[in-house]
Amino acid sequence: MLELHDITAGYGSGAPVVRNATLALAPGESVGLLGPSGCGKSTLARVAALLHRPDSGTVTLDGEPVRGWRYRASRSRRTAFGVVFQQPRLSADPRLRLTDLIAEPLRATGRRHEIAPRLTELAASVGLTPDLLNRRPHEVSDGQLQRACLARALVLRPRWLICDEMTAMLDASTTAALVAAVEDYRTATGAGLLAVGHDQVLLDRWCDRTVRWASLTAAGAGK
Amino acid sequence: MRISLALVGVTALAVLLVPPLVRLDQQAVDLGAKLLSPSWSHPFGTDDLGRDLLLRCVYGLRVSLLVGVAAALAATVIGTAVGATAGALGGWADRALMRVVDTVSSVPHLLLGIFIVAVFRPGVWPVVVSVALTHWLSTARIVRAEVLSLRSRPYIDAAVSGGASRWRVAVRHLLPGVLPQAALAAVLMVPHAMWHESALSFLGLGLPTHMASLGNLIQSARGSLLAGQWWPTLFPGLFIIVPTLAIAGLAGAWRERINPRRRSELML
Repeated sequence: MLELHDITAGYGSGAPVVRNATLALAPGESVGLLGPSGCGKSTLARVAALLHRPDSGTVTLDGEPVRGWRYRASRSRRTAFGVVFQQPRLSADPRLRLTDLIAEPLRATGRRHEIAPRLTELAASVGLTPDLLNRRPHEVSDGQLQRACLARALVLRPRWLICDEMTAMLDASTTAALVAAVEDYRTATGAGLLAVGHDQVLLDRWCDRTVRWASLTAAGAGK
Repeated sequence: MRISLALVGVTALAVLLVPPLVRLDQQAVDLGAKLLSPSWSHPFGTDDLGRDLLLRCVYGLRVSLLVGVAAALAATVIGTAVGATAGALGGWADRALMRVVDTVSSVPHLLLGIFIVAVFRPGVWPVVVSVALTHWLSTARIVRAEVLSLRSRPYIDAAVSGGASRWRVAVRHLLPGVLPQAALAAVLMVPHAMWHESALSFLGLGLPTHMASLGNLIQSARGSLLAGQWWPTLFPGLFIIVPTLAIAGLAGAWRERINPRRRSELML
């Protein structure tokens, strides 16, 4: 269970980007979060993934309130979330080959022995060939890089997936392949999903339910 | 760019090859041949103790380059460490470190350098220490700014989400990202450090006077300049100016290549 209650979050001293948003995801549930550009849905996704500390409000993960974000969150909590961002170019370290990019979380958590089997498995499920795996980010296309980023998000077998506009920059066939890879993973593991986007048709077909950004804040404000 | 490359090449060859190949004693005093004007046997003339100035200049450049490179490297290491720490930790650690940087920069750096060399016996290392301790500030600022810009990239978020510790993020993702800038800062620092070595030696605070360094050569030539003997001042002066400008030119060309606009056109 992942519950975001009355979240207000922003950057620095300016007005908060997210005001009083409330959202709950049942275990294994997939929720699409639909909103226009710039409304703050990415910020809410970062709060949910424990990457951005909200100014106020509570996040509850499996009944326990979250007290720390980023480095202050325990490693097991942080890695319970797999995150895929909108722009693969910016979310890939330009110096790492795709193999290292995908294996990095395993190295960071001291699970090197799992690298070889996990790589083979994930490369097949996201559709990356061994030739592509040896390239660096600037030598592959956006779609191929986003496949690697999805593999990286899945490599630690997270219980929750946060996909922030994962397919916004991609063509239809890559979108279909990535959504299929996410759904295969969820079928196999029962992981929950928060898919953020502005494409209603995609989110309606992909997720168990779709919520509109306006309804989150209205529910929060109504209390 | 080509001219700079050629000049740096010639300089490097001269300081590396001349001392082992030419078996002449640069310290050999020949009072019978003092202050000879440039001629075929002494292309740069001789100084007030009859020592060959071309040979002295090459040895002097060797010392100045050694001091310049060592000081620039040390300054870059200090600056990168401070800047990366400040940028990566943020918060009060960042504010504290940057106030230290501001404090040190508020003191004129030549004055601070003079103070530091004055604490030690004259020698090569005090000069290196003095130049290094007064020149890490700009590198620290550059590296901090670069780390701050890298820190907010989504790939750092991805690393945090992947369970990376603060240390791992700094070493694996942030530091490699700032190394090109830091290396460029180091190269740009070499000429500056050489000028400082010369300035300190010229003031009589740097290297011991028997040691041929470009600053020492100009310092000891001051007397003869007033007497109309221009060569003991001119040639060491050119030996400071030409190689340092060549190095600065190369660094400038390199900076053009790695500047963010060009880089983004190539990679993004």
